[in-house]
Amino acid sequence: MIAAITLLLLFQLLGEVIAKTLALPIPGPVIGMALLFAALAARGGPTANLRQTAQGLLQHLSLLFIPAGTGVMLHFQRLSDEWLALALSLFGSTLLTIAVTALALRFLARRRDVRSDPP
Amino acid sequence: MNARFDEIWVYLSASPLLGLTLTLLAYQGAVYVNRRCRGHPLANPVLLAVAALVGLLWLTDTPYATYFDGAQFVHFLLGPATVALAIPLYAQFERLKRLAVPLLGALLVGSLTAALSAVAIGGVLGASRATLLSMAPKSVTTPIAMGIAERIGGLPSLTAVLVICTGVVGAIGARYVYRALHIEDDVVRGFALGIAAHGIGTARAFEESEQMGAFAALAMGLNGLTTALLLPVLIPWLLP
Repeated sequence: MIAAITLLLLFQLLGEVIAKTLALPIPGPVIGMALLFAALAARGGPTANLRQTAQGLLQHLSLLFIPAGTGVMLHFQRLSDEWLALALSLFGSTLLTIAVTALALRFLARRRDVRSDPP
Repeated sequence: MNARFDEIWVYLSASPLLGLTLTLLAYQGAVYVNRRCRGHPLANPVLLAVAALVGLLWLTDTPYATYFDGAQFVHFLLGPATVALAIPLYAQFERLKRLAVPLLGALLVGSLTAALSAVAIGGVLGASRATLLSMAPKSVTTPIAMGIAERIGGLPSLTAVLVICTGVVGAIGARYVYRALHIEDDVVRGFALGIAAHGIGTARAFEESEQMGAFAALAMGLNGLTTALLLPVLIPWLLP
């Protein structure tokens, strides 16, 4: 587990260094994810150890958003001033985005095999 | 007795232990309630835990910064967790290659819809310019969204909150949209949820199936990149 965490942090660090050096608008962890993906493709898959650690971390992904979410308390004033515009725009835009993206993907992929694993 | 309790409180509230423990307790409680509701999306774990914590901090008059001193250890794990998304993504590599063109098309459509519709609806309803700029990157994962907000002149900390709200709305609302539109495929369901509702949508997608989660993670990463490239170009034209 420690080896797997070290590897994840190493890729994140690599991503951060690349993002800063090249002044990219993309955050380091996302570059780290792309690099790890490339490494897995080159190597032919993750070790059982890495797979288990990633699964453990991603199983509790919701937990990791709680500290930032609690920051809502810093913005009560603005939120109460503009609550209607904010609420309608968040709800409307988010649900519209889900619908439009899903319909676009279903339409574009209609001739391909999107369905679950081939027999 | 009372003075002694005050002393303990002063000591604990200055240590990161309390914020960290409270975050984990709130999460476990939220997961318990979510299970009791048989995973109903309205009983979203992030929503429940944040509501409990905000209530508690407000009642005890604790500033957010004090709480965050402890909670930052959980917040930090977002980085390695983002990197770890490469692993479920790799498991879908074959399907990904086959679907590359439709996925990129849907990405572009979805990414533009997410930013433009938020600014349009908010603008029509009279939201202030700072709010609109903070809202434009709302569908992008928190660290990228905060970076974008900073670049286009929004308020990064407000963006972080709007991003979380968006994620919760998407995670809760997706099932109703899918039911209305008869969308049953996990690849499509996951991808659309990841575009609109980033990591919280992805967390929700992983609760449904590993395949749905992998495509949500892919969509979240791609939408982060696309929005980071498009918004700084589009905003001067949208909100001159």
